Amino acid sequence: MSHLEVRNLSKRYGDFTALGDISLDIAEGEFVCFLGPSGCGKTTLLRAIAGLDPQSSGTIHQKGRDISALPPSKRDFGIVFQSYALFPNLTVVDNVGYGLVSRREGKAAVGRRVTELLTLVGLPDAGPKYPAQLSGGQQQRVALARALATSPGLLLLDEPLSALDARVRLRLRHEIKALQRTLGVTTIMVTHDQEEALTMADRIVVMNQGAIEQVGTPQEIYRRPATAFVADFVGSMNFLAGTLVAPDKVKVDGFTFDCTAQDGLAPGAKVALCIRPEDVRVRDLPTDIANRVAVEVAELDFVGAFCRATLKVQGTADVAMTADFSSNLIRDLGVELGRKLDVALPPDRLRVFAA
Amino acid sequence: MTLAASNRSPILRVAMSRDDLMMRLGVVLFAVVLLVIVGLPLWSLLAKAFEDRDGKFVGLANYVSYFSTPALFDSALNSLHVAAVCTLIVVPLAFFYAYALTRTVLPVRWLFQGISLIPIFAPSLLPGLALVYLFGNQGFFKGALGGPIYGFDGIVIAQIFYCFPHATLILVTALTTADARLYEAADALGASKLRVFFTVTLPGAKYGLISAALVVFTMVITDFGIAKVIGGNFNVLATDVYKQVIGQQNFSMGAVVGMVLLAPAAIAFLVDRVVQRKQVALLTARAVPLIPKPKLGRDLFFTAFCTVVAAGILVILGMAAWGSLIKYWPYNLSLTLANYDFTNFDASGWDSYFNSVEMAVGAAVFGTTLMFVGAWLNEKTREFYLMRGIVQFLAFLPMAVPGLVLGLGYIFFFNAPNNPLNFLYATMGILVVNTVAHFYTVGHLTATTALKQIDPEFESVSASLKVPVWRTFGRVTAPICLPAILDIAIYLFVNGMTTVSSVIFLYSSDTKLASVAAVNIEESGATAVAAALCIVIVITSAAVKTLHVLADRFLLGRLQAWRRR
Repeated sequence: MSHLEVRNLSKRYGDFTALGDISLDIAEGEFVCFLGPSGCGKTTLLRAIAGLDPQSSGTIHQKGRDISALPPSKRDFGIVFQSYALFPNLTVVDNVGYGLVSRREGKAAVGRRVTELLTLVGLPDAGPKYPAQLSGGQQQRVALARALATSPGLLLLDEPLSALDARVRLRLRHEIKALQRTLGVTTIMVTHDQEEALTMADRIVVMNQGAIEQVGTPQEIYRRPATAFVADFVGSMNFLAGTLVAPDKVKVDGFTFDCTAQDGLAPGAKVALCIRPEDVRVRDLPTDIANRVAVEVAELDFVGAFCRATLKVQGTADVAMTADFSSNLIRDLGVELGRKLDVALPPDRLRVFAA
Repeated sequence: MTLAASNRSPILRVAMSRDDLMMRLGVVLFAVVLLVIVGLPLWSLLAKAFEDRDGKFVGLANYVSYFSTPALFDSALNSLHVAAVCTLIVVPLAFFYAYALTRTVLPVRWLFQGISLIPIFAPSLLPGLALVYLFGNQGFFKGALGGPIYGFDGIVIAQIFYCFPHATLILVTALTTADARLYEAADALGASKLRVFFTVTLPGAKYGLISAALVVFTMVITDFGIAKVIGGNFNVLATDVYKQVIGQQNFSMGAVVGMVLLAPAAIAFLVDRVVQRKQVALLTARAVPLIPKPKLGRDLFFTAFCTVVAAGILVILGMAAWGSLIKYWPYNLSLTLANYDFTNFDASGWDSYFNSVEMAVGAAVFGTTLMFVGAWLNEKTREFYLMRGIVQFLAFLPMAVPGLVLGLGYIFFFNAPNNPLNFLYATMGILVVNTVAHFYTVGHLTATTALKQIDPEFESVSASLKVPVWRTFGRVTAPICLPAILDIAIYLFVNGMTTVSSVIFLYSSDTKLASVAAVNIEESGATAVAAALCIVIVITSAAVKTLHVLADRFLLGRLQAWRRR
């Protein structure tokens, strides 16, 4: 059974539609990321689920219970904000125990639970300190412990890592994911960072302009983006403008490329032919390989582990694409500016979207 | 169901939590309180101006008779004249003083800053009394000003003393928010000192200057104590209200003059609101604060300037203090404490002083609670926009209303026989309520600003943890805002000690205040005793403020260890 069922959720501010008819199921114990650019409605959706900014219409069920019209205090969730929202005048112990004290549990029981939680987030000795005495990463862990203290059925994370520096962010990604797996708590995280979503989520909900573009596992989202927006937003992608000439053929400036059969598009449709830079093949091309084109290296950007090359397709006016070349490949093939070579675009790696 | 309706899914009605319900009730209750202590008294005043002495509606007749009585209309012109002259003198004076405090290297800067604040702790009649001693008919420097001190000259000099700290405070704030890099850029471009002053410094302080000018203008127009003591036959609006109401018992005409008095104050307030809205943050988070570097010539000049101004303030204060200790001015200059034995001069004796303290403490306690809880309710209640807008309006209203006008409104509203709150009339309670209402806006703004600086998600976190809002208010919000809460309390206490204008209509023989007693005693001719009362008031409010500064520095540091990193 789903933990959360969102049905036909809309949020309007006057004439502006912040969320348009969103429906979504989230399974028990799942880690879901809402991913999208700023202003896409991901935080609005999270706050509607929490009841902090209720939707204009639509329903939300949690474990079969209709929570659509309930105030936040009547819902079952813990929340962590980008700002942490730790109470600055209370010690770490009092912050973590904040929700426990009001449930009138015994003092000793509260103390045990707080110790347990602080150990869980890796800060067993931080108890008597005040938030201002902790680093950003430590504050974020205290906020997490506080949100988990009352053992909520649903954990909501609103851009929890955005305010941290890159190194701490990487470490906390793993820690939060590991913690979530251990506790098995259903979790929704809002982020604009695609790498964060890809590494942490069981499923990603990609959003744009108040609507859901695609829901899928990180692999599905990356390998088979459902829309041009997803293809562009997640990872890097080349877009070549062309025309669908047969269900499995796209013509781009005189060249005809083979691709997988397109059901939804009629022949003659204007399309974008897409391929990721790392999917462009260069080495060991068999002579009869499909979609072989001659290119010239027009630009070469050193990015560290690899180089991103801009390739001009020979025999066209301005068709160009980027491709990622490893350092080995560059050495082995002697790739340099102006060098002409043959590349292949594997048909199973090509995506076609209506333009 | 109609077709149109079936197209759209039904609009969701969110159930209110108990917290939401309680807070909305709180906002409504708060709005009612503000309506009673601010809105309705002003409404009564407005209505009274359209009635004759018997309470019959007479339309604009009172206004017609006001504007056709040259003596009354002249007062309005006198008020405008005095206010304009004072503004033109005080604002440049305060600007250079503030400039010296913020942009030059002064020796004992803290002392200069402290002296500039002294007038805040005095009732407005103190400078008037000091001027009587200095330039009055039997004054030290009688005739030094080329004419009698009673009248225009006296009012202007006393008002300069009285308004100076308020203008200085505003301009210090305006000049503190400067980005050092703007000056470095101007230097690098080879701009002359004078050009930098006119192209960087002055525009940066523009809004502060406008604000200071409006504040001074309003203070002068609405002040009553100074004109009363040293105005002589030079009538102004504030003394006219007093004369119409207390002297001639003509309440309707008093109300009309009150409405005329309200106009310039309200206009100044509205102009200030519009100007402030245009102001954008000059100081971005990345700005580099400007720290003045020593420069001998400039520093010497401004040290001399500040010494002269500070000496002026100290001479006026010192003259009042000395006068209060002298046996029989100017014939017997030996010192005595006899003038401090108030029982010989006023029936209420020292009681008026203790009444003042009681009233000021009452206003501080009741007012701070109301202002902080009210501001919190209005900030943190979800949605409920209309009601919160009304509350915001009522909280801003007192800023535009002169004390005399509010006091007059209180007479009409609370003294009405059919008002169930009539029992408050002539009690200590009405003085406390009136003082809180009179000084409401600044306290409300202080509380609101402090609350806006707190993470807005605290309430969201509390709701998710099922902790009621009032618990978060008590455990987190109020402790974090403690410095602001203390600021409000001290502000109310000091103003409660010194205020004259709004309470002068409202005291009874049992609840006479020291500042009011000083006015009455001065009227009876015992200048030294009035000065003695003023000095007692200055000492009390300055002592409380000093305690506050010390507490802020030492006690809060210990109690609020969490502020340290």
